[in-house]
Amino acid sequence: MKSLFAFFSSSIGKKIVMSLTGLFLCTFLAEHVAGNFLLFMNDNGAMYDAYTEFMSHNIVIRTIEIVLAVSLVGHSISGVIVWLKNRRSRSENYKVYKLQENTPLASRITMITGSFIFLFLVVHLRTFFVPTRFGTEAVSPYTLVVQSFSNEWYSAFYIVALIFLSYHLRHGFQSAFQTLGLKNKKYSRLLDWLAVIFWLLIPLGFASMPIYFAFFYKAGPAALVLGVQ
Amino acid sequence: MNFTLKIWRQKNKNDKGRFASYEIRDVSPDASFLEMLDILNEGLAKKGEEPVAFDHDCREGICGSCGIVIDGRAHGPGRGIATCELRMRSFRDGATIVAEPWRAKPFPVIKDLVVDRTSFDRIMYAGGYISTKTGGVPDGNAIPIPKPVAEEAMDAAACIGCGACVAACPNSSAMLFVGAKVSQLALLPQGQVERKERALRMVEQMDAEGFGNCSNTFACEAECPKEISVAHIARLNREFIRAKVT
Repeated sequence: MKSLFAFFSSSIGKKIVMSLTGLFLCTFLAEHVAGNFLLFMNDNGAMYDAYTEFMSHNIVIRTIEIVLAVSLVGHSISGVIVWLKNRRSRSENYKVYKLQENTPLASRITMITGSFIFLFLVVHLRTFFVPTRFGTEAVSPYTLVVQSFSNEWYSAFYIVALIFLSYHLRHGFQSAFQTLGLKNKKYSRLLDWLAVIFWLLIPLGFASMPIYFAFFYKAGPAALVLGVQ
Repeated sequence: MNFTLKIWRQKNKNDKGRFASYEIRDVSPDASFLEMLDILNEGLAKKGEEPVAFDHDCREGICGSCGIVIDGRAHGPGRGIATCELRMRSFRDGATIVAEPWRAKPFPVIKDLVVDRTSFDRIMYAGGYISTKTGGVPDGNAIPIPKPVAEEAMDAAACIGCGACVAACPNSSAMLFVGAKVSQLALLPQGQVERKERALRMVEQMDAEGFGNCSNTFACEAECPKEISVAHIARLNREFIRAKVT
């Protein structure tokens, strides 16, 4: 127990927590985007609703959901602790400091991108997770998606959040492997390619949904009933 | 060449410090930054003013004594050079140059541009050594070491402990320094005896000194005068995990 505490209180220990939780959150993103592609099935959401029904009742998924929540909290808390400590380590700011000449933008703004993603998650869970899981009346998740994304401003907020997510993962994904000591000359090119899936393809996949429903979706009979244009 | 210098002046550890402006004329483009400071100091001494204090020793980029943040870059513009190797031709004639000390809590300013880097020494005491039988010179080929391993260890051993990694890092992290030291010894057979304890103790001391956490911006690698790779930070992480789980 004592050594476990020493591990988490060490600088590298906290970062290992960040990388492991971060990578787990990445696997969730991959599953989430893949499942959400069912929105494009053109069946008025029959398959999508069946999929969410399965996800919210399957015992395995529900268990993983708890791990996911713990990971998110762990990632956020250790991120804030690391960030606060880092601010305290600098004695005084430089009058001239050209960090931008040596470092990529994504690596300098993880706290900003992370905070925005956290804010987005609060809104996102409030819109979709809370009404479907805890709502008193049964709602079709598909209809919720159609309704929410038919508001261009709401869709725009999603797209901005996805740009932040992309920047966050542009740095975070490869950073996790570096922290776990798994990055070296042999694998760094492979990792760079693997990272493209997370910082480019997955955010693009997610962004296609608000873009489609806000601008290209022709309201089907189910949406018309709800008064969506 | 002529320059306007804005240099950090601080009487001692407890002084608040401030920037002072100096004009310097007819500097040779081939003068090093430290030689330029020598010229400035000669002028200041003649006028009866206190010369600018700065660290220096070998002046050929191998001792790690010098180190100034010049125009927002540790060791100034350019790659793979220490402040003593920086030539004045790297600047535009008539330019205003800002010179500041390393800024990090574990590197308190002693005077002007001189900082106290004994925190690095304390990290070395914690584990940056090997146990060996001293005495006669061992046979050079007694312990076979593959060439790529020897090269990798040598690259890490190139660290001169100047502290530019800490100065350049937005988090004042010392991971490149500690990574280089741990790597160098972990790669070689002679370093195996204390391998586990070394990684743990050096990281523990690094944290105790108040250095920040590495956020993988890799500003350290870009500013290191010996161009030490961040792959050594990955190895340090690996060594730390290995020591913790075994």
